[in-house]
Amino acid sequence: MIRTPLRPLARILSARAKGENPDAIEHQNRRIRHEQMRDNDRARAEGRLLVLGVFFFCAFAVVGARMGLLAVSDPVEPRAHAPGSIIANTRADIVDREGRILATNLDTHALFAQPPHMIDPEGAAEELVRIFPDLKHERLLKDFTGTRKFLWIKRKISPEQMQAVHDIGDPGLLFAPRDMRLYPNGKLAAHVMGGASFGREGVRAAEVIGVAGVEKYFDTYLRDPANAGKPLALSLDLSVQAAAERVLDGGMKLMNAKGATSILMDVHTGEVVSVVSLPSFDPNNRPRAAVEGDPSDSPLFNRSVQGVYELGSTFKIFAVAQAMELGLVNADTMIDTRGPMRVGGHTIGEFRNKNYGTISVSQIIEKSSNRGTGRLALMIGKERQQEFLRKLGLFEKSSFEIIEASGSTPLLPARYTDLSAVTISYGHGISTTAMHLAAGYAAIANGGYAVKPTLLRQNGAQLGERVMRPEVAAASRAMLRDVVVGDDGTASFAEVPGYFVAGKTGTADKPRPRGGGYYKDKTITTFASMFPAHDPRYVLIVTLDEPIETSSGEPRRTAGWTAVPIAAELIRRVAPLLGMRPAIEPATLADITLTSSN
Amino acid sequence: MKSVIYVLTALGVIGLAFWAYRENYATQAVLNQTDRLHAETRAAHARLAVLRAEWAFQNRPDRLRDLAELNFERLQLLPLHPDQFGQVDEVQYPAPELLPITDPVDVSTMNSEDPL
Repeated sequence: MIRTPLRPLARILSARAKGENPDAIEHQNRRIRHEQMRDNDRARAEGRLLVLGVFFFCAFAVVGARMGLLAVSDPVEPRAHAPGSIIANTRADIVDREGRILATNLDTHALFAQPPHMIDPEGAAEELVRIFPDLKHERLLKDFTGTRKFLWIKRKISPEQMQAVHDIGDPGLLFAPRDMRLYPNGKLAAHVMGGASFGREGVRAAEVIGVAGVEKYFDTYLRDPANAGKPLALSLDLSVQAAAERVLDGGMKLMNAKGATSILMDVHTGEVVSVVSLPSFDPNNRPRAAVEGDPSDSPLFNRSVQGVYELGSTFKIFAVAQAMELGLVNADTMIDTRGPMRVGGHTIGEFRNKNYGTISVSQIIEKSSNRGTGRLALMIGKERQQEFLRKLGLFEKSSFEIIEASGSTPLLPARYTDLSAVTISYGHGISTTAMHLAAGYAAIANGGYAVKPTLLRQNGAQLGERVMRPEVAAASRAMLRDVVVGDDGTASFAEVPGYFVAGKTGTADKPRPRGGGYYKDKTITTFASMFPAHDPRYVLIVTLDEPIETSSGEPRRTAGWTAVPIAAELIRRVAPLLGMRPAIEPATLADITLTSSN
Repeated sequence: MKSVIYVLTALGVIGLAFWAYRENYATQAVLNQTDRLHAETRAAHARLAVLRAEWAFQNRPDRLRDLAELNFERLQLLPLHPDQFGQVDEVQYPAPELLPITDPVDVSTMNSEDPL
């Protein structure tokens, strides 16, 4: 570049000659040079901005194009970076405590139609009705020839049906892969399993969602893909559950009962090893919920956690245990149970108006005296009684992990008066479920710790707060043992050689549905037991709904004649399955006589 | 000198192109194989799930009980019962075999000094 000098000699000289200021020429030239420099800089900056702009435009265009491409393309699993295990969107299995399958998935197909692609709608409809007799020909034809572009025909079809539909050969009939929830054991533990159905459905897949029981309670866990390979291990034992269902079903029919429930619970861990509610249903084909009538008549009704009833005399041991815990009485303290006894304007009577006179605390349990426990309740006081029962978990809904347990909130008197305290001491005026009772008895059985019933397999003992001293629990167990082996015990049928059953019977009249007192000829009979009595491992609750035992000609509705024999048979069948050897009765030692030889 | 560098660069580019071409095909082959293995794994998983379900279904307690009842005459299977438990000393172990007598010795009291 040729630089123009700021002071060109020719112009300077001529300017000097004219007497002008030569500096003006320099200034002018300097200005022109600056303007040129400015123009150059500007052009360069504009060029750079343009390049940068083009670069940014390209970059954003690439990002945008990639986003658009991702949005319109079908999702594929990464091919190069394969995960260690295949991402499975299947629902996790449910297994029992030994790992035996209770619920799993099966691949199946759904059938759908795209009428615009159909070649012979009439023929297809005819063939489909032949394969699926429950479909209506007119309906199918109307759908196929109408304006519909898409319709589901069948939710689940078997491989044979799929082949038959395939053989129709119509391109408008298509299959969608489905995961089907399968309960291979059928009716077994139906109330625990609940059932599953489809949520949102697509052509490629459908959501499987739990609708009841453990399937609904643990729905989030079971659906989480991270848990696909980790089955949910329940505390149930398949073989024990099967045996319990068999025995209870037979017993329920023998006793002409409307329904029955049994709960077998580990007293140290709170694990429920078996829970049965009859009548039952098949979770593979869950019936529709009844919309009218008594919900307890439906097979879907889970008596073990939804059956909130007064459980009668089984509650007596709680009053006695508390009185001993507070140091008010011991097993041999004599209590006057003679009538009349009036509390809050009501007379407290005994079963069949019996009068037991003055008897020991131990005999109150053995003979099941209402006035006896009533007197103890008055000694304890209503506040302390409430606190004790609350600690045993009898005042709030059960923690059992199935969705129906939310309906297990116990019914308590609106005002807790002295009369309430007395009636609750013998199991009236408080309605709980069998699950609550099992938890309460477990506290006595395990030496005085509250436990929470659980459906999940546990590792080791899960003992909660201490509610009574070990000596009190042992004394209570001795009383419960006397109910079975004592001369006047109400549960003499419960003796199972080798298993030392201890327990308490309870017979409660059923309340009429819309108030208005109790039925005279309908009872709920309960037997709450534990075995073996000297060191209990399991608590067993058996409850029958409206049983009548008629073997002697005269109808019997008490627990001693109905629930107790069933519980005994259950223990006889189930205890060996639980790996318990029958213990040999400690033989009475022959008297040793000291003799001197010389 | 310059032309030598040009020729070497060209050769290098050809070589790299050839390498990239081969690598590309090798990668495609490995990816296809991975896909095939994945598909096989998936099919095996599905088959395993079906077999597990089948096993559970065939061994459901109801069916086993029915089978035990059907075949009672042959198998004599009964539910487990408390009196089926036994003590170890109730087990009849086979009697230990007697050792063979190899060197017999006659024992008699005929020569004793004080016969009874």
